[in-house]
Amino acid sequence: MSPALVISRREIRTYFNSPVAYIVVTVFTILTGYLFFTQLFVEKQADMRAFFNIMPLLFMFMVPAITMRLLADEQSSGTLELLITLPVRDWEVVVGKFLAAMALLCTALGLTVIFAITVRSLGPLDRGPAIGGYLGLVLMGGAYVAIGVMASSFTRNSIVSFIVAFAISFGLYLFGRLTQFLPQAWQSLVAFLSIDGHFENIGRGVIDTRDLVYYFSVIGVSLLVATLSLESRRWR
Amino acid sequence: MSDVMIEVDGLTKDYGATRAVDQVSFAVKKGEVLGFLGPNGAGKSTTMKMLTCFLSPTAGRAQVAGYDVFDQSLEVRRHIGYLPEDTPIYRDMTVLEFLSFAADMRGMDSATSPGRIKEIGVRCGLGDVAGKLVGELSKGYRQRVGLAQAMLHDPDILILDEPTSGLDPNQIVEIRSLIKEIGREKTVILSTHILPEVQATCSRILIISGGKLVADGTPDTLRAREKGGRYRVVVESNGVAKEAIRDRLAALAGVARCEILAGEDGAYAFALDAAASSDLRKPIFRAAVDNRWTLLELLRESASLEDVFRNLTTGDPLAAPTAESSIEKGKS
Repeated sequence: MSPALVISRREIRTYFNSPVAYIVVTVFTILTGYLFFTQLFVEKQADMRAFFNIMPLLFMFMVPAITMRLLADEQSSGTLELLITLPVRDWEVVVGKFLAAMALLCTALGLTVIFAITVRSLGPLDRGPAIGGYLGLVLMGGAYVAIGVMASSFTRNSIVSFIVAFAISFGLYLFGRLTQFLPQAWQSLVAFLSIDGHFENIGRGVIDTRDLVYYFSVIGVSLLVATLSLESRRWR
Repeated sequence: MSDVMIEVDGLTKDYGATRAVDQVSFAVKKGEVLGFLGPNGAGKSTTMKMLTCFLSPTAGRAQVAGYDVFDQSLEVRRHIGYLPEDTPIYRDMTVLEFLSFAADMRGMDSATSPGRIKEIGVRCGLGDVAGKLVGELSKGYRQRVGLAQAMLHDPDILILDEPTSGLDPNQIVEIRSLIKEIGREKTVILSTHILPEVQATCSRILIISGGKLVADGTPDTLRAREKGGRYRVVVESNGVAKEAIRDRLAALAGVARCEILAGEDGAYAFALDAAASSDLRKPIFRAAVDNRWTLLELLRESASLEDVFRNLTTGDPLAAPTAESSIEKGKS
């Protein structure tokens, strides 16, 4: 097995051996469940739009909570020295951590499939938007997680890591809200940088390469920066 | 591959403006147990971190098992086992889980690794704690887990940063004999500031101070650098003042220095330092006979590594806190 997978397996076990995974999954399910069933019972509307719409905001709090200690803890407890002196490349450490956080996020998302099943039992489920929505969630979640891993590589303090990850994702989220205040020429660029705009596109069931490129770029750049930041310890 | 397992040439590391390791060069052969000795903050750990590819050198180069620590760091890390200082280990894993994790990370064959883990666990005395969480273990056991991890893949080179810190005396003896045993076929570098440890385990010693290498040799050659030796003499005074006895002893040929040590009832103890490699036993005995002192004890101690260490790392060879007073010979 590749070292990255060994690391992610260890990390997943750590999540589920501690309360972190259960708290995150429970809180996430309760929040999204509340939103979904309010819409269902109060507005008598059986669709998943409200659920998908809240995700960019919800991820902003939830994902940094998952990722904050991934590398920060290794640095503060000194285990990074042990890990990195094993025959492993720095990027494998970063990717391993990323995959572990993705696994936890996907577990939480997997539980919400129950909403889709509920909708389907009450009426026709619009398949395109539902499948697109989940694909978009995984991609957007990947971007948030990568940003979180990057933030965690910057510091040995988990709280700082959380705040940095939150600030960066909030900044990217704000881009989508800023466009109307900007000159025409800037609008499309800034809109492109917005982290949730692409999710909305994919959520419509239309998969455009530009949206995929955006998420894969955010993931790639963040993990690259995390790797470089990990490597920089050698020069300190 | 040649016999030289580790070759270090002009290794230098700066932390900001401070130079932690300064132009250190040495080579270690196969089958050597190298003791890395120095006061706290001398640069032992930093040197080890560079050898294990955790830090990159500011200048100079190092080859481990024939691979460059900078250009071929992955290969280097495959060939070494490393026990970092303070043994950082994931606290939320059990001993067995942690060792299997290390085995997987090293890409060990999953068919044979459980057997190997068991073998090394027994060797390091971990049989009773295999299912316990690392975070619940005492320091001594954690240290052993770290050692087991370092030796798991049977590496050619073991780099151990303070391997016996936190162990009780029985464990220290066990670990030392383990290191010695490994050192017969492999190469071991261990750092410590416990001098008896070096004497007990190492075939060669490097002393580092202020980031610089100040001595390199076997324990015997280093001791031989300290000329002469030290004698301990206890005589029954028979009414003579201890200062008078001291002056007599100090006046003997070949005595560099004589100190009065704390004595017992009616007996005085003295410590004599020989000037050159002269044997002082006969002159001391004669002096006792001539002066009618009753000689109760005469002991020749060769210069200890403590003296060597103190001389090299502080430049204060006369630090002897037990002496009540001392006089230097050669004034007249």
